[in-house]
Amino acid sequence: MLAKKIDEVRYHTEISQKVIRRKRNLTSLGNSMLFLGPSTIFFAITVVIPFIYGIYLTLNKMDSPTDAMVFSGLLNYVNAVKDAEFWSSLWLTIKFVVATVFFVNLVGFGLAYLVTSGMKIQNSLRTAYFTPNLIGGLVLGYIWQFVFVQSLPALGDKLGISWLKLGWLGDPHMAFWALVIVTIWQTSGYMMIIFIAGLISIPKDLIEAAKIDGAGAFRRLINITLPLMVPSFVVTIFLSLKNAFMVYDLNFSLTKGGPFNSTLMVSMHVVNKAFVEANYGTGQAEAIILFLIVAIVTGIQVYSSKKMEVEA
Amino acid sequence: MTAKKIVASTFVYLIAFIALACFIFPFILLMINSFKSNGEIITNPFSLPSHWDFAHFSDVIAKMNFLVTFKNSVLITLISTLLIVFFSAMAAYHMVRKPTKYNKIFFTILVASMVIPFQSLMIPLIYIYGAKLQLIDLIPIPLLICFYIGFGSALSIFMFHGFMKSIPLEVEEAARIDGCNTLQTFFLIVFPMLKPITVTIAILNVLWIWNDYLLPSLVLNNETVYTMPVQMKVFNGTYMNNWELLIPAILLTVLPILIMYMIGQKSIINGVMQGSIK
Repeated sequence: MLAKKIDEVRYHTEISQKVIRRKRNLTSLGNSMLFLGPSTIFFAITVVIPFIYGIYLTLNKMDSPTDAMVFSGLLNYVNAVKDAEFWSSLWLTIKFVVATVFFVNLVGFGLAYLVTSGMKIQNSLRTAYFTPNLIGGLVLGYIWQFVFVQSLPALGDKLGISWLKLGWLGDPHMAFWALVIVTIWQTSGYMMIIFIAGLISIPKDLIEAAKIDGAGAFRRLINITLPLMVPSFVVTIFLSLKNAFMVYDLNFSLTKGGPFNSTLMVSMHVVNKAFVEANYGTGQAEAIILFLIVAIVTGIQVYSSKKMEVEA
Repeated sequence: MTAKKIVASTFVYLIAFIALACFIFPFILLMINSFKSNGEIITNPFSLPSHWDFAHFSDVIAKMNFLVTFKNSVLITLISTLLIVFFSAMAAYHMVRKPTKYNKIFFTILVASMVIPFQSLMIPLIYIYGAKLQLIDLIPIPLLICFYIGFGSALSIFMFHGFMKSIPLEVEEAARIDGCNTLQTFFLIVFPMLKPITVTIAILNVLWIWNDYLLPSLVLNNETVYTMPVQMKVFNGTYMNNWELLIPAILLTVLPILIMYMIGQKSIINGVMQGSIK
């Protein structure tokens, strides 16, 4: 009798435990959906699906975006490789990357060094130097168009300086450097902020010790500050590399790729290929080649500069 | 102070002021020329205006459809940022507190996706939602907001994830004992503690979305839904080299963000600093 009762109780507790466990599993599943669901859905529809679909797009051919797709193998990649304008725009972009990465980091570091040197107005200066970052590349291009098209020639006329009198944007060589100058002006303030964060975290006693040992300001900069700033440089070089490879807004508004396509960068070429020529397949194949190049270059950069880091 | 030190510090100030002049002269040029007529702008862009004329501003406000455009930009920026912040904080919370295998894989995919540039996604994006599903003509603004949430969530989740690890578990357990469920614990206890990183993430997203041009230029095809940068591009096309209209238009486009910067410069600079270290 008693044994039967015990069995019955045990049976019921087992059932209720099972119910509790199932309920708990259900709520935890519900919680997962609630907390992860929204981000997952939006991320999937804007990044994951287009990325995969983009690869599928390159394996097909269509006469216009509304026409049916026909499987075409690697034809789009062959077209991309044969596209002379794609390679010339890519080569120009690489020159642009080299120039801007070098100057943006140089100027950004210089500014950061300046505004951490203990001036009374250094906080106001930081605020002012950062200002161009608040404005998008498109509008900045229009602002500088006014500088290059109207203001500098007027100044050159007045002062009789011949190289200012020429319209910068009308000359292929000068137009390229105009893009570089505006990019330095736009982004070095951002890099400055990152460098400031690095500079103020350098231990003061290390600098003091070097001073006592008789190292001058230049020596301290080369032998102590710069090696300790490698982590900041990893970030700034990564950012300036990626920005420069992907430049579009400024290119579009300042020079429109002109004169005669001489400043047409690769992003603009891809946009034109897809949305002006309506050739989605080849445009996407070129976009994927560009993605691979950027991923490899930034990967090598981060990996190799991480190796240069030193402990304070 | 020795003579050498005085020379050195004068030199430092000199460089600082030259740099300052380089950084702000385009803005000053814009301001003084925004009150001038075309003739005056072309003959002498550096002089102060002979008389202060606000007529071009009111002209531009009407021609740019400024109020509608401004409203669109504010709406898109605010709703997208708000939803990015909430959804990303929730996702990051779940990933940190329940580090299951799936959550770790999802997190890795998110981080890896940050190296994909927008240019490699835009063509399939426009093809799927434009040519195939026709949503771009049907619901441009909601669609754009969805895209911003999708593109913004990876970095935001990553930043929340890093910060979330520093939040003590004990506080949540206390809340749990007091009878809060997971949702209440998150919104009443955890989310308020995330405030520093939330401000950073919100600022970075606002700056990005407000200034973004390429994505809205592909999605917004109708003047009634334009954002400020898209409108500015169209305006520039219509009034090419007509500086007496273009300059006030540029100024009106950048003014909202400059005012925001004047009010919140400290948190913006700190936000950028925090955002870059992570």
